[in-house]
Amino acid sequence: MVGGREFGTRLLRLYLPLAVCLILMLFPFYWMVITSIKPNRELYSQKIMPLIVHQPTLKHYVDLLTETNFLTWTYNTMLVAIITTAVSLVLGTTMAYPLARMKFPGAAVVAIGVAATYLVPQPLLFIPMADIINRLGLGNTLTAVMLTYPTLLIPFSAWLLMGYFKSVPRELEEAARIDGASRVQAMTRIVLPLCTPGLLSAGIFAFTLAQNEFLYALIFLAKSEVRTVPVGVITELIRGDVFYWGQLMAAALLGSVPVAIIYSFFVDYYVAGLTAGSVKT
Amino acid sequence: MARAAPEVGGRASPRRLLEREGAFSWIMLAPGVLFLIAFVAYPFFYGIYLSLQERQVAKAGLFVGLGNFVTLFHDGVFWQVSRNTFLYTIVTTVLKLLGGLAMALVMNQAFRGRNLARAFLLLPFIVPTILSTIAWMWIFDPTFSVINWTLVHTGAIRTGFSWLGNATLAMVAIIIVNTWRGIPFYGITLLAGLQTISPELYEAAAMDGASINQRFWHVTLPIIKPILIIVTMFSIIFTFADFQIVYALTHGGPANATQVYVTYAFDLGMSAGQLGMGAAAALTMLPALVLLIIGLTLYLRRE
Repeated sequence: MVGGREFGTRLLRLYLPLAVCLILMLFPFYWMVITSIKPNRELYSQKIMPLIVHQPTLKHYVDLLTETNFLTWTYNTMLVAIITTAVSLVLGTTMAYPLARMKFPGAAVVAIGVAATYLVPQPLLFIPMADIINRLGLGNTLTAVMLTYPTLLIPFSAWLLMGYFKSVPRELEEAARIDGASRVQAMTRIVLPLCTPGLLSAGIFAFTLAQNEFLYALIFLAKSEVRTVPVGVITELIRGDVFYWGQLMAAALLGSVPVAIIYSFFVDYYVAGLTAGSVKT
Repeated sequence: MARAAPEVGGRASPRRLLEREGAFSWIMLAPGVLFLIAFVAYPFFYGIYLSLQERQVAKAGLFVGLGNFVTLFHDGVFWQVSRNTFLYTIVTTVLKLLGGLAMALVMNQAFRGRNLARAFLLLPFIVPTILSTIAWMWIFDPTFSVINWTLVHTGAIRTGFSWLGNATLAMVAIIIVNTWRGIPFYGITLLAGLQTISPELYEAAAMDGASINQRFWHVTLPIIKPILIIVTMFSIIFTFADFQIVYALTHGGPANATQVYVTYAFDLGMSAGQLGMGAAAALTMLPALVLLIIGLTLYLRRE
């Protein structure tokens, strides 16, 4: 029997540190869940043990859905995320494809440009962008964020996709061309289908980034009915010094659901995209 | 597959044009390039132009040259903001690097449910930052903080800390949240790097009598070095320009103790409506960012 000692090492090297990692990373989510189902008398008492719920309630969820614009914010967020993801995938593909597979004059300049727009963070642009959006008369419209989110998503998608497009051997494309396929057909029928995992990764990441965006939405969307979830939650569920903690947590939890669902289905693509090189945090 | 046979004949029909590599490439690129010029390049240069003006929202600008920058550099707050930003970036980067490496090493052992554990560990990174920061706001609540409750009830302290009300603790708080959110990014990418190392390398090293420590320093680290450097550089760039966590948790307070470049530029440009000053404050990040970006580009090119 070697069991005892082996288990000891495994406990020290694996189970204990793993448990610590999981607890540290997941505690805030546990805290979100239990806070959202605690009645106010448990929330605002220093005597009651806070780590568990004594009398769970769904009141905060009901209040959130009936007394605030949360559903409108969710609709706005989803609409913007889906449209900007689609636009960014298309434009990211059309940019990455020639950069990854063609030789043409100006390629180096464009490649550097894409890398630069990818790395230059949004904080350098938000103040001039606010002025531009104002002058275009787009303040308080979802168009404002639909126009600006792709500035974050396109360079990122293009960057990620270039790696995938490069990995398809030229010979496959050339064989199709010898058979009479045009350049466009070689792209749509040979290269793009082979890069489906890359397209999925880029799409999932773009969607996640769009759901996560806050700065542009905060600046451009000052009216409740056009707000996205993060902006609505932080500006309307916190009024002055009054915090609606139960509702805040319910909103934080429900607001994370779309990303969490997509993530749970495509976790492997997510990890692949993450490790394919480079990711915007 | 072979339906559209290439046309024969000299005329430059659209179809023939598309067969030329250069034309095809530029037709494909045009929409994206034009979009990025209009919405990234133009705002960038417009921002530089704004920074040279005294400009209130909805008013005409007055050209002041480098006046805004001079004003900033003479303001003690600007230097406090600079110190805060560098402190925040350096401390969180070190913590995320060490924490992420530890997470990767733990996760690089074979065990049942590893993929599930990996999926859960990555959650802080994928959940929208503002929403998870809301949970942290409650964890740091002055009266009902669960950290305080635990510390008081285990007898470690007598009265709870005012996490976000104290200058030092507020900085600690934003560092904790940024680190918490960033560790999985390091951890999971480094894990992918570790998984490319073949077990034979370790066996060979072990046969040569290398200890666990030696194996880490002489086998593991050199192999994951490239991925380590790239991940760190990316993380530094985006931590340096962080907005969400600081804005949500402290708004830069108390008394600018956690003000970083972006929240500062936001306060000047958006809250106070001084677009010129705000644009100038944002642009002060540029030199450091350019150095980082050039460093990263050169490194990527060498690899």
